[in-house]
Amino acid sequence: MTTKTLSAAAIVSASRLEILRAALVVFTLGAGLVYLAGFSYASVAHNAAHDSRHSLGFPCH
Amino acid sequence: MIQRLLAVGLLAGLLAGLAVAALQNVTTTPLILAAEVYETAAEQTHAGVEAHQHAHAVEPAWEPAPGLQRTAATSLATSVTSIGYAFVLLALMLLSGETIEPKRAALWGACAFASTGLATSLGLAPELPGSAAGDLAARQLWWIGTAAATGAGLFAVLRVERPLVKALGVALILAPHLIGAPQPPAPESTAPAELAARFAAASLAIHAITWILVGAAVGFVWRRLPTKTGAEAAA
Repeated sequence: MTTKTLSAAAIVSASRLEILRAALVVFTLGAGLVYLAGFSYASVAHNAAHDSRHSLGFPCH
Repeated sequence: MIQRLLAVGLLAGLLAGLAVAALQNVTTTPLILAAEVYETAAEQTHAGVEAHQHAHAVEPAWEPAPGLQRTAATSLATSVTSIGYAFVLLALMLLSGETIEPKRAALWGACAFASTGLATSLGLAPELPGSAAGDLAARQLWWIGTAAATGAGLFAVLRVERPLVKALGVALILAPHLIGAPQPPAPESTAPAELAARFAAASLAIHAITWILVGAAVGFVWRRLPTKTGAEAAA
């Protein structure tokens, strides 16, 4: 019984850890994409995203 | 888990991004193009001889050709932003143990708009080309800090029961405005005020639509994409 409870708890915490790890990876990726489109100084990124940056309220120029 | 998050974020962000790009094409973009006519005219009057002397000094960087190429570049950038927003929204909802479904996710999107749209506009109004502005890096830093502080503050006020934490949330929401956004020496613009006012309103509306569509699409796609394990379904 105890073993069963323990292993169930282990499964829950393992999946919780998996969710945490996946969420952090996806958050970093998302922030990176927003940075590239909205903040990057590279002139190609700035020129391509120019109208989008103005439209979506990112600081530009 | 990661594959599912990536698939949901990509699909939801792309759906919302393309819809917003279509809206931009008939709302904000025509105003930007109109403002650029005034900006170029002002540059030509001011620069005159100087511009002629420096004309061949620096090779200009690539920029999209007017017309279809420029529309495509804008649509791509808006889609990339929307996909990024979708990933961030998904991650934050998962981390806070929130149920991911269209209505809830759209509400989270509304709070995200209050953070990146309303709070930032209070210090830095959406600007047309040709408007005077403070230092770019300082404005970007203030924008990111304001969005993050407002988002965290809203979470503390709306989702935490302890009064002390709620008070801290209110302080976080107010702090960026007490510090103040970097402003230009004088509020000047080559575009007429009427054009700038229309743009500010249109830009805020587009910003709100972006976040609410991203939220609704994230909830919609999350519900419809099949899960592999029970743990993911419960998340």
